[in-house]
Amino acid sequence: MDPELIKDCVHCGFCLPTCPTYVLWGEEMDSPRGRIQLMDQHVHGTPVTDEMAGHLDACLGCMACVTACPSGVRYDRLIEQTRAVVEREHTRTPDERAVRAMVFALFPYRRRLRAMRLPMAMSKRLRPLLERVNPTLGAMAELAPPVPGHVRLPPVVRARRRRRATVGLLTGCVQAEFFPQVNAATVRVLALEGCDVVIPPRQGCCGALSLHSGREAEAKRFAKRTIATFERAGVDTVVVNAAGCGSSMKDYAEVLKDDPGWSARAEALRFLDLAEFLVELGTVAERHPLPISVAYHDACHLAHAQGVRAQPRELLRGIPELDLREIAESAICCGSAGTYNLFQPQAARELGDRKAERVLATHADLLVSANPGCTMQIAAAIRRAGKGEIRVAHTAEVLDASLRGLSPQALGWVSEDAR
Amino acid sequence: MSTLQRLTERLGDILDQDSVITDPVRLRTYDCDGLTYHRATPGVVVLPESAEQIAAVVRLCDEYGVPFVARGSGTGLSGGALPRTDGVLIVTSRMRRILEIDIPNRRAVVEPGVTNLAITEAVRDQGYYYAPDPSSQQICSIGGNVAENSGGAHCLKYGFTVNHVVGIELVTPQGEIVELSDRDPGYDLLGAFIGSEGTLGIATKITVRLSRTPEAVTTVLAAFTGIEGGGRAVSAIIGAGIVPAAIEMMDALAIEAAEAAVHCGYPEGAGAVLVVELDGPHAEVDHQFAAVERICRETGAFEIRVAASAEERAAIWKGRKSAFAAVGRISPAYIVQDGVVPRTALPEVLAGIDRLQEEFGIRVANVFHAGDGNLHPLVLFDDSVPGQGEHAEAASGRILDLCIEHGGSITGEHGVGVDKSRYMPRMFSEEDLDTMQLVRCAFDPKGLSNPGKVFPTPRLCGEVPGVRKGVHPLVESGMAEQF
Repeated sequence: MDPELIKDCVHCGFCLPTCPTYVLWGEEMDSPRGRIQLMDQHVHGTPVTDEMAGHLDACLGCMACVTACPSGVRYDRLIEQTRAVVEREHTRTPDERAVRAMVFALFPYRRRLRAMRLPMAMSKRLRPLLERVNPTLGAMAELAPPVPGHVRLPPVVRARRRRRATVGLLTGCVQAEFFPQVNAATVRVLALEGCDVVIPPRQGCCGALSLHSGREAEAKRFAKRTIATFERAGVDTVVVNAAGCGSSMKDYAEVLKDDPGWSARAEALRFLDLAEFLVELGTVAERHPLPISVAYHDACHLAHAQGVRAQPRELLRGIPELDLREIAESAICCGSAGTYNLFQPQAARELGDRKAERVLATHADLLVSANPGCTMQIAAAIRRAGKGEIRVAHTAEVLDASLRGLSPQALGWVSEDAR
Repeated sequence: MSTLQRLTERLGDILDQDSVITDPVRLRTYDCDGLTYHRATPGVVVLPESAEQIAAVVRLCDEYGVPFVARGSGTGLSGGALPRTDGVLIVTSRMRRILEIDIPNRRAVVEPGVTNLAITEAVRDQGYYYAPDPSSQQICSIGGNVAENSGGAHCLKYGFTVNHVVGIELVTPQGEIVELSDRDPGYDLLGAFIGSEGTLGIATKITVRLSRTPEAVTTVLAAFTGIEGGGRAVSAIIGAGIVPAAIEMMDALAIEAAEAAVHCGYPEGAGAVLVVELDGPHAEVDHQFAAVERICRETGAFEIRVAASAEERAAIWKGRKSAFAAVGRISPAYIVQDGVVPRTALPEVLAGIDRLQEEFGIRVANVFHAGDGNLHPLVLFDDSVPGQGEHAEAASGRILDLCIEHGGSITGEHGVGVDKSRYMPRMFSEEDLDTMQLVRCAFDPKGLSNPGKVFPTPRLCGEVPGVRKGVHPLVESGMAEQF
C-alpha cells in the first residue's frame, strides 16, 4: 500500500454514493474513503485484523469510486496492493481457504472448466444441498449458465472485405467455455468489419482473477504467458471482449513494473475492448434493422476501469430500429465482480437483486453487457425474482445479428430453468 | 469500568449487534469528517435506523452524562461532526428513506440520512427539485444540511436550507422526540434549530419544500484575464438589477486544479472564470442573458460560452463543483476557508489575500459564490513539511480577519464547527456569546449535544439544580468551568 497514493485522498466523500457496499450497508468502513483509512492504519503499523480483512474483502473492486473521485485517487492500484498484503498477512478460516483454493484451481484453466460441464448440468438439481454445504458452492450452482456445445475457432479468420487491420483475440476462460457463441460472434463482426483475426489456440488465462484477488505471483505468471502468446502470434493489437480481462491486460505494464524487460514487452502490445476498437477503427459493414428493445448494462471493468461507456452505446444506437434503454443507477455494480459473487454470496445477492429490479423496470426485451460475469449474475437475480424472463446477450452478439441480418428472436439466451 | 463502557453495554438493548461499533480499527474510520485537520476517534459509534432508536441512545447519554455527536455523510468542512473520544457518535447514514412525496403541497418528508441530490432525483420527473445545492450534494445528507444551514451555488437567488425546510422532527438532548414547524406560532424555533450545528439536538425527520424546475436555464461561462475583471462584472450584473440563480468565480489556480481533475475545458489563458446561471421563464432569461453578455464584454471578458445542452451545462458546473477536492491534484494538503464580505468589498479583500500570499509565502486558490460575497479561499500547503500546517492555519485565520475588517463574517455556509470556534470572539463580544449560550442551554442544559463546537471555550449551563450527577467531565478535566 503506497502511502503516497493514500495521501491523495482528501476525505471529501464523493466516492460514497457510488460504492455498492456503502449503498447496501451505509457504514464508513465499507466505503472507499473508509477502506483507504484502513489501509492508512495498516501503513502506520496496525496489523491486518479479521475486521480489517473483512472490510477489504467486501470491496468488489468495481472502481466506481475511481470514476467519482475528483482528487484522482488511484483506488484501483491501492486495492490491488492491499489485496496482496491481505493474502500474505491474513490467515483465513479453513473453509474460506478451501473454497478459494478450489476457485483458483478451476477458473483460470479452460480444460478444467470443460470438465465441469457435466457436474454443472447436474448442479441445478443439487443446489439446495450445495447451499447447505457451503454458500459459495450454492452460488456457483445458481449462477451456472446453460452449457452450450463446444465451439472450436480456427487459428486465423480472414477479413471478409478489404483488410483494414490485423488483430489478436483473447478468447478468455469462462467466455470460451460457457459462452463460445460470444467469441464466434466477435470473430464474425471483426472479419465483416475488415479485420484479419488471429486466435492463438493455446492461450491461457489472462490473470485477471488472480490479480483482482491479490494473488500477485500467479497474476504475473499468467500475464507473461499471455504477452508471449500474442507476441508469437505476430500481432500488436489484441481485442478483448470480456471487460474483466481487458482491464487487467491494460494494467500489464504496471503489474510487471518490477521486471523492466517484461513491462516493456507489455507496453508494446495494445489491448483494446471490442467496442473501443470498433469505434476507433470506424465501422463500415452494413447494419440490418434489429427491431428489439435493449437495456445496456455497464460492466464495471469496462465503464469504470477502462472508461468505455460511450462506445458500446454508439455501436448499439448505430443499429436501425434498435431501441436502446438506460438502466437506472448504471454506475452501481451488479455484484458479480469477478469472484465476488462466489466469495461474498450474500452481498452479491443483494446487489444482484437491486440491479435486477432496475433492469426489469426498463421492460427491455434483451439485456446486453460486455462481461460474462455480469450477465450470469443478473440472469440469476432475475430468475430469483421470478418476475418474468429477460434474454441476455453480449454486445458482440447483437452486432453480429445485425450484420448478418438475423431476426431478433435468434438473439440471446434465457436461463436453463425457464426453458 | 468507565461511564462510557457502562453505557455501551446497554446499547445492545436498543440496537442490533452490527449497529454498534466498538472495534478500534473500525472506530478509527470515523475519526474525522470532510475536515481532516481535526481528528478524534469516537468512543463508540451507533448506526440507528429510527428516531426512536436515536431517542433511546440520547436518553442513555443523558442518564450517564456522556456527550454525543451526530454525523450524516461526514462531508462537513468545519469539523462539526468531529467525534468525542469520550462520547457516542450517532451516524444517520442508514436512515435514508424518502417517507413521503406530496407534489400538490410541494413537500417531501425524508429521513436525515437521505442525500441532498436524492430528493431532487426522486421528484425530477414530476418537474420539481430541491433548491439548495451544496457542491457535495450527491453525498451530503439532508440532516447535515439542516445542522449547518447549507447553501450552495444557487442560494444567491433561492436562499439557504432554512428557506427550504418547513418542518423538523427532532430528538432533544434529553431524548424527547418533538416536532417543529414553520407554522408554529410564537418564537421561530425551527429557525433557531436550523444551523445550530448539532448543539440543540438531532433532526430525525425533515419536511422540505420542493421547487418547480425553472422553464428555462441558461448557463454562461465568461473568461477574464484576471480576477479584477470578473469582480467588476459581478458588481455590474447585480447593480443592473439582475438576480442570477448563481454567479460563481474561480481564479487561475482553482481553474488549474479543476482542469487537472475533470478536464472541464475552460478557456485557455483565463485568469478568472465567471459562471453565471440565469433561470426562470424563457422571456425573462433571454432578456437577462442579453444584458449579462453585454456586461461581461464591457468588463473585459475575452471569451463567452453559453451551454447549448444539459451536458454542456453539466460540464461547466463540473469544473466548479469539483474544485475543492480537485485542489488535491495540485497540492498535498489544503484548508478550505469560508468567509463572507460585502460584494462591494470583493476587490479590496482579494487584493488583501494577494498580499497575505506574499507575506506567508503560501499559495491560495480562490473559488467563490461571487454573487453573495461568499469566499472560499483554499490555502495550499504540504503537510509532510513540519510546521506548514500551522503556518497555513495562521494565513487562513488572517483571511478571516480581512473578512471581519470589511464588515463580513467568518462563515458563509460551512459553519463554525470546531474549526472556527476560536474566531467567534473576533466577531462577537463576550455578552453576545453568553446570550447565545443561554439559547443553547434552553435546549441542552447539560451541554451534552455536540459539545466543543461553535463556542470558543466549552461552557456549562447555569445552575440546573438536581439534574447533574457529580461533576461534569469537562470540569473534572479542567477544560471548562461553571459560569
